[in-house]
Amino acid sequence: MIDADELRRRVRDLLAEHDPATTDRIDLLRARFDAGLAWVHFPPGLGGCDAPRALQQVVDTEFDAAGAPDNAPRSNVIGLGMAGPTILRVGTPEQQQRFLRPLWTGEEIWCQLFSEPGAGSDLATLATRAVPDGDGWVVDGQKVWTSLAHLARWALLVARTDPDVPKHQGLTYFVLDMDQPGVEVRPLRQITGEAEFNEVFLAGARIPDAHRLGDVGEGWGVAQTTLMNERVAIGGSATPRESGMIGEVAQTWRQRPELRTPGLHDRLLRLWVETEAVRLTGERNRQLLAAGSPGPEGSASKLAFARLNQAVSGLEVELLGEEGLRYDDWSMRRPAETDFFARGPGYRYLRAKGNSIEGGTSEILRNIIAERVLGLPAEPRTDVDVAWKELPR
Amino acid sequence: MSEPTTRDLLYGEVEDDVRASARKLLADRCATDAVLARCESDEPYDLATWRTLSAELGFAGLLVPEADGGAGASAREAAVVAEELGRSVAPLPFLGSAVLATSALLACKDSQTCPQGRAVVRELLAALGDGSRTGTLAVPLSTAPGAGFPDAVRATGGCLTGRVGSVVDLDVADVVLVGATDEDGPALYAVDLPGSGATRHPVVSLDLTRRVTDLELDGAAGRRVAGAADAEVALHAALTTGAGLLAAEQLGLAEWCLDTTVEFAKTRYQFGRPIGSFQALKHRLADVWAAVSTARSVARAAANALATGAADTELVVAVAAAYCSDTAVLAAEECVQLHGGIGMTWEHPAHLYLCRAKTSQLALGTPDGHRATLAELANLPAT
Ligand SMILES: Cc1cc2nc3c(=O)[nH]c(=O)nc-3n(C[C@H](O)[C@H](O)[C@H](O)COP(=O)(O)OP(=O)(O)OC[C@H]3O[C@@H](n4cnc5c(N)ncnc54)[C@H](O)[C@@H]3O)c2cc1C
Repeated sequence: MIDADELRRRVRDLLAEHDPATTDRIDLLRARFDAGLAWVHFPPGLGGCDAPRALQQVVDTEFDAAGAPDNAPRSNVIGLGMAGPTILRVGTPEQQQRFLRPLWTGEEIWCQLFSEPGAGSDLATLATRAVPDGDGWVVDGQKVWTSLAHLARWALLVARTDPDVPKHQGLTYFVLDMDQPGVEVRPLRQITGEAEFNEVFLAGARIPDAHRLGDVGEGWGVAQTTLMNERVAIGGSATPRESGMIGEVAQTWRQRPELRTPGLHDRLLRLWVETEAVRLTGERNRQLLAAGSPGPEGSASKLAFARLNQAVSGLEVELLGEEGLRYDDWSMRRPAETDFFARGPGYRYLRAKGNSIEGGTSEILRNIIAERVLGLPAEPRTDVDVAWKELPR
Repeated sequence: MSEPTTRDLLYGEVEDDVRASARKLLADRCATDAVLARCESDEPYDLATWRTLSAELGFAGLLVPEADGGAGASAREAAVVAEELGRSVAPLPFLGSAVLATSALLACKDSQTCPQGRAVVRELLAALGDGSRTGTLAVPLSTAPGAGFPDAVRATGGCLTGRVGSVVDLDVADVVLVGATDEDGPALYAVDLPGSGATRHPVVSLDLTRRVTDLELDGAAGRRVAGAADAEVALHAALTTGAGLLAAEQLGLAEWCLDTTVEFAKTRYQFGRPIGSFQALKHRLADVWAAVSTARSVARAAANALATGAADTELVVAVAAAYCSDTAVLAAEECVQLHGGIGMTWEHPAHLYLCRAKTSQLALGTPDGHRATLAELANLPAT
C-alpha cells in the first residue's frame, strides 16, 4: 500500500519535471492526472494510484505548498462530486478514458439533468423520454433546477426508456453532450436575484449508445450512486474548526462588541457547539469511509449542514440589526459557482434556504435515515408496482 | 366556567368591514404577481393604491381623531389594515406614514413644550390622514421602543444637521419627523421633502416591498413640533405603536404563507399522492397553524392595549412583537421549504414574504430585544 512518504516523493518528482512557475496550468494538471496524483484513491490510469482516500490531503498540501495551481474544484462540483465517482463505478473503460481526465482538470464542466417539473423528490417519476434511434438515442423532455447547465459541456441524464413498466424499472442513465442543437438552456432566477440554475429543454437531443452509463433499465440504481455521492459532496468536505457560516458570525461577534446581547450570545454559543459537533461527526465519517464507499451517513451530514447553515445565517442577519435590513445586489447574474462568503449576510440567509432542497430535501433525507439506517417500515406505497404511464399526477 | 365578559381579543363588525374593503382593494391592485413586477420597476411604491387606501377608504387616518380630520378609529382597526397589508406584502407606506409619523404627531398634539408647533401638528395630521401627504419618522427601522433619544441630529436656529440610516418609507415621504437635539435639549422637527439641505441616499433593501433609505441633513429647515420631555414621549409612543401594529402585519404575512403552502400541499403530487398526505408535512403545517393562531391572540391583545391605553401596553406589545416576528419568519421559511425548488425561484412570490418577514423581525426591535424588555417589565432579571 502506498503511504504518505511515497506520495510526497511522487509529487516532488512530478514537480521537478513540471516547474509550476513555468508550466502551463492545464499542462500541469494533466501531468498530475497522468501521474496518478489527481484523486489518489482512483485506480492507476484514471488519475489515481489506489492510495487510501485519506491521503488525498497529503498530496493536495504538497502541491499547494509548491505553488502549483489546483483544479478549481468549486467550479466543477457536479463533475468532481458526482460524475467522477459515477463514471468510475459504472462507466466502461472507454468512457472512463474519455471523460475523467478533462473532468478532473476542469476543462469540461458537468451538470446534472435529474429533476423535472413533475419529478423532484419523487425522481423516479420523471417523464423525459429516450427512444432508440440507429446506434443511439433521441431525447425529448424538460429538466429543471439544473445548476451550471449554462457552463456545462456534459450532463448526467436520467431518462425514461420504458413507460410500460413500474417507474423505477424503466429508467436509463446517459451522458448527454450539452453542446448540440437539441439542448436549450434558459436561466431560472433564484430568490437571491441571481440565476445559478436553469431550465433545460431537450428536443430531439441525440446520445450515442456508447454514452449510456450502465444497462438499459438500470438507470435508477446508477442514479442512487450519483445521489449518495452528491450528499457526501454537499455535506462532507473536511473543514477546520470555526469555518463556514459560523466563522462569519464569530468574526463579527469579536469585532463588533456594540452588537452583543446576552440572548444572542446564548444562541451563538449553542450554534457554535452544534457546528463543532457536526464538524467532528463529518471528520469521523470520513475516517470510517476512508477506504469504502459512502453510506447513509452522508445523508445525516447533509441534513445537519442545511439546518445549521440556515440557523447561523438567520442569526447573522439578526445580529447585524440595521445592516441586516440591507442587501448587496439583486441584479440577475449567472454565476459560475456558489460562494457564500463572497457575498453579504442577506445573500447567505437566502441562499442557505436552498441547502435543504438541493440534492434531496431534508424531509426526504429524514425518510432515508428512518428507513435505511433505522430500518423503520416504509409508508405504504401505491406507486411502485404500477406501470409508470398509469400513475396519478 | 364563567362566560367571558369582554370580546376585546375578537374582531368587531367595523373591523370586519375594514378588512373586507382592504382585502378587496389589495386583491385588485396588489396581487402578488403585480407586487413582484413592481418591486424592480422605477416605481417600487404603489402610490396610486396608497391614495385610494388613504383618500377614499380613509385607512391612513384610522388613528387620527375626527376633529383632526381623521377617521377617529383606533389601533384595533389599524391593526386589521396592517394584517391585510402583510397578507399582500403591498408596497405602501403605511408603516412609515400612517403608523410611525402619525403616532408621533398624535403624541405632540397637546405639546406643552412647543405650543407654537400645535398648528403644524394639526396640519400634518390631517394631511397624512387623508393621504394628501406622506410622512415617516427619521429613525433606523431597527430602532426598538426602549431605545434612548437619538443623538445623530443637531438643530440650531431651526436648521438640522446629521445623518440617519435606514429610514423606512423615506423614499416616498413628503415630510419626515426628525428627533434632534437643539438649544433646549431633545426636540422633534418636521422637515419637508424634497427640501434644500435634505438628501435621500438610496439603499439596496433586503425587503423589496418596503424599503429603507438613508437621510442626510445638512442645515435643512425644520418646523419644531415638540421639545424636551414631549419629544421623548412622542418618539417612544410612535415606536411602541409601530411595534404593536407591526405584529399584526406579521400575523397577516404568516397567514398568507400558511394558506399558500396548505394549498400547494394539497395539489402538488409526488410518489403518486399529494405531498400534504405525508404526515411529516401535515405536522409541520399543523405547527405553523398553531403558531399563527397564537399570533392572532397576541396581536389582537397588542392592538387592543394600544387602542385603550392599557397600563400594561408596553408589556403586551413586547410579547406580541417577540412572538409574531418569529412566527412570521417560521411561516415564511416553511413556505419556501415546503414548496421545494419552486420556493427558491424569483418567479414565486414566497421570497417577497421571506424578506419581509426577516426584515420585520429586525424592525422596531428584535425578538431578543423585546424579550430583554420583558425581563424588566415582568421582573425576570437576568442575574
Ligand atoms: C439551489 C438548487 C439547485 C439544484 N440543482 C439541481 C441540479 O443541478 N440538478 C437537478 O437535477 N436538480 C437540482 N435541484 C433540484 C432538487 O433536487 C429538487 O428541487 C428537490 O429534489 C425537490 O424536488 P421538488 O423541487 O420537485 O420539490 P417536491 O418534491 O415537490 O417537494 C415539495 C415539498 O414536499 C416535501 N416532500 C416530498 N415528498 C415527501 C415525502 N415523501 N415525505 C415528506 N415530505 C415530502 C419536500 O421535502 C418539499 O418540502 C436543485 C434545487 C435547488 C433548490
